[in-house]
Amino acid sequence: MAFQGELNLEATELRLGLPGTPAPAPAGVRKNNKRGLPELQDDPCEESTRPAKTQVVGWPPIRSYRKNCLQQRKTESESGGVYVKVSMDGVPYLRKIDLKLYKGYPQLLKDLEDMFKFKAGEYCEREGYSRSELVPAYEDKDGDWMLVGDVPWNMFVTSCKRLRIMKGSER
Amino acid sequence: MNYFPDEVIEQVFDYVTSHQDRNSISLVCKSWYRIERLSRQRVFIGNCYSISPDKVIERFPAIRSLSLKGKPHFADFNLVPYDWGGHVYPWIVAMAKSKVNLEEIRLKRMVVSDESLELISSSFANFTSLVLVSCEGFTTNGLKAVAANCSLLRELDLQENEVEDHRSQWLNHFPESSTSLVTLNFSCLKGEINLAALERLVARSPNLKTLRVNRAVTLDSLQKILSWAPQLMDLGVGSFIHDPDSETFYKLKNTIVQCKSITSLSGFLEVAPYCLPAIYPVCSNLTSLNLSYALGIPASELIKLIRHCKRLQRLWILDCIGDKGLEVVASNCKDLQELRVFPSDPFGAGNTVVTEEGLVAISFGCKKLNSLLYFCHQMTNAALITVANNCPNFVRFRLCILDPTKADPLTQQPLDEGFGAIVQSCKGLKRLSLSGLLTDMVFLYIGMYAEQLEMLSVAFAGKSDKGMIYVLNGCKKLRKLEVRDSPFGDAALLADPGKYETMRSLWMSSCEVTLGACKALARKMPMLNVEIIDDSELTVDEALCGGAPVAVTADGDDKQKVEKMYLYRTLAGPRNDAPEFVCTL
Repeated sequence: MAFQGELNLEATELRLGLPGTPAPAPAGVRKNNKRGLPELQDDPCEESTRPAKTQVVGWPPIRSYRKNCLQQRKTESESGGVYVKVSMDGVPYLRKIDLKLYKGYPQLLKDLEDMFKFKAGEYCEREGYSRSELVPAYEDKDGDWMLVGDVPWNMFVTSCKRLRIMKGSER
Repeated sequence: MNYFPDEVIEQVFDYVTSHQDRNSISLVCKSWYRIERLSRQRVFIGNCYSISPDKVIERFPAIRSLSLKGKPHFADFNLVPYDWGGHVYPWIVAMAKSKVNLEEIRLKRMVVSDESLELISSSFANFTSLVLVSCEGFTTNGLKAVAANCSLLRELDLQENEVEDHRSQWLNHFPESSTSLVTLNFSCLKGEINLAALERLVARSPNLKTLRVNRAVTLDSLQKILSWAPQLMDLGVGSFIHDPDSETFYKLKNTIVQCKSITSLSGFLEVAPYCLPAIYPVCSNLTSLNLSYALGIPASELIKLIRHCKRLQRLWILDCIGDKGLEVVASNCKDLQELRVFPSDPFGAGNTVVTEEGLVAISFGCKKLNSLLYFCHQMTNAALITVANNCPNFVRFRLCILDPTKADPLTQQPLDEGFGAIVQSCKGLKRLSLSGLLTDMVFLYIGMYAEQLEMLSVAFAGKSDKGMIYVLNGCKKLRKLEVRDSPFGDAALLADPGKYETMRSLWMSSCEVTLGACKALARKMPMLNVEIIDDSELTVDEALCGGAPVAVTADGDDKQKVEKMYLYRTLAGPRNDAPEFVCTL
């Protein structure tokens, strides 16, 4: 690593190189018989979730509980995958889609229309999907069934638990 | 010696509540020892292996409140293998068998099984208070037993525990007759909660002062809860996302305005920044704000929020607030006493960071600061000296530079002088955590000036045994010393064996101590347990799954370096629950 020369690490008898890097062993350096940094050695898949920086076990000193919360939140927001079930009245099987893959409502609706072979029609705030028998609705966190399109897209993605294409019988 | 009858002395002792003080008065004379021990109700055991439960009960038969700590502090950072110990079950069994009138149990870093919780709930008729901090080993089934059987329960406080969710609907098991709750904190639980049951529970708990919920509790539910509990003083929010134009949100805003007693706010485990203005009305009363788990709030929103919080005394925040954000804190929060800045992206590239600038700004603005935990990307000696001059009242000072051996970026020097200034200026300093590039000098300063120091955490620091020896010689009040990855060896370990009997514990990992020295120390000091922990044969996965431990014995080569050593004074002798990878010499 670049800064090793300046810091004269030999004097402090520390090595911060990657595990397995051959290092001149000055007198007194502890026998390195312990396992290496497992994250970087054993599991190649892990590398994608962490940058190439060397990691030391237990550093920075953050409680595991806190670290797990951060990690969980990061993977939720990064690796995406807001998977929700989609059902349509009259169709025996359900589908599952990843809301994160869409940038907005038009894309989502087009995909639903393709998937279930129907036409939702035009959406307008006042009348919803006025020209259609089949209406896309979603169940939100409170358990209520809402019309798709009413709330801002990001809010929809975080609050949508599942989708249902309903026969809009009142229309 | 006594001019007053025992009952009078007992009344006087009632006013002496701190356990250190009670320990002191018990040493005055035999009669005071007797009166004190028979009247002590609150017992604190800092190391669960330092004494057996039976001895505790024998000495303090009137015990009503038991506080125990288990694993060494570095267990928080995965340095202690999973199965090391710290089980509470034997304590509960002993207390239950002896029929003491236990009302309160407070545990930190202990392994708590469902069995233990079930035994607690069925053994103590007057049980009122369960506080678990950083514990593990239990599931929601154990909570079910506590909820169902502890009819007088006032406090159920779960802080940062690893709890397995078994979908037990534990909250539903509080009986309709349960109306005594004062504190309910389940923010660390990962699973779903029956919202209606929670709302009903809150509605029938008029004494509820602290409520911290988990992510499963929606904003909608929060609104209903707050309308039932306007007397709340401490609120932990779960999910805070909703359409700001909705009726629910409008109702929430009005409900919050009615909550005039809230002085502590935390949580926001899931949050949409555009919802935050709803809480501005309570900000002016806040003395404590913990947003360290609120990953969804960008710096700009944090700053807007902080501007409303003029009375803050305690602030826990993420480093995404940035140096600029800390400047706002410094100018707004003149009463600030405790600040913790956590890393939002500990292994990341460091886009949003705090540096020494943020801390310096705080030191100029918040003169009452006495407790600090600061994760940052860099620190300079000049900054630390400035902070030391501005804030001489530090009792706890913990600095963590994310790159553990980073020098002062301005001068390329070690940070000895900076930390030296801190210990010299802060005469009441009790707890110190070091980081950055450090030589033996910093330890010389600590030994010279840190007269009140009780706990010292060292990582990647020092150049020779002298460093540790300075500390052991100088810090008369030292109780806990924990060291990792530092070049302290046998000479340091054996410099003053008697010192360890005045301390609670010593942890040394990845240092230079040999097996031979540890054995010598154990032989010399029979009142110490010197544990060698050797999990080096295990891979991480095996360690986590508890597989194939290697039996550690004292038969190795004496010159062999010991990877992890933990020693502590004890009256209980070597513990009988040590796993295979722990050897008590």
